[in-house]
Amino acid sequence: MMPIGSNTVLVVAAALFVLGLAAALTRKNIIFILIAVEVMLNASGLAFVAAGAKWHQPDGQLMFLFILAMAAAEISVGLALVLQIYHQHKTLDVEDLKELRD
Amino acid sequence: MSLLFYISSFVALLFLSLGAPFVAVLEVIVYAGAIIVLFIFVVMMLNLGKDTAQQESAWLRPRVWLLPSLLCLILLGEMTALLIIGTEDKMQISVVDPKKLSMSLYGPYIIAVELIGFLLMAGIVGAAHIGKHTKKHLHRYLQDPETTEINI
Repeated sequence: MMPIGSNTVLVVAAALFVLGLAAALTRKNIIFILIAVEVMLNASGLAFVAAGAKWHQPDGQLMFLFILAMAAAEISVGLALVLQIYHQHKTLDVEDLKELRD
Repeated sequence: MSLLFYISSFVALLFLSLGAPFVAVLEVIVYAGAIIVLFIFVVMMLNLGKDTAQQESAWLRPRVWLLPSLLCLILLGEMTALLIIGTEDKMQISVVDPKKLSMSLYGPYIIAVELIGFLLMAGIVGAAHIGKHTKKHLHRYLQDPETTEINI
């Protein structure tokens, strides 16, 4: 198997994180913001797996498993909130959702 | 549709090349099987229109994003150069098999596994509680005609 430098993987993870951050900052739709958060979680998980592969330990993959479970729980609650917001306000624009009271 | 791009931009292949086959398989199952399906269902239920994309494109003029993205590109290039100039060491790829992973998972990390179980349980209960249509059923002595129509 072709050896990969650990810096290359870290650069890829950083680029993925920056892409997710840019999408989360520029998008106006809540669903796309959630997807951007998922991309950022994947980037951090990639960094964990790269570190675990560097030191030949399974701990990095374990951390990625925990990140995966956390992402699943987060996305289920987030999508339920999106549905409730759409039923209440009939919009998903974050600039229209300014008030906390119902 | 950007969901398809998200599916196609998986890092699972990268995990396979990093010697993590179990996590790669799990990534494909969880993301393509669960999360993308959830997103697609919500997008289908919401039936979004075209106006938000139009507003985003109107909001993102090149005059707004050109300078900050240039600065960010400079910073990213600096960080990349620093990471590449530094100690370039080739990783020895060693496949961490699932047996070692699970031995470590149920050995020293058992508390974290239980905590993640709590988190998933809280996620299920929270999603089921938020997602249901709340309809207030008050006792009939407590109902008066003004507050029976509670805005949901």
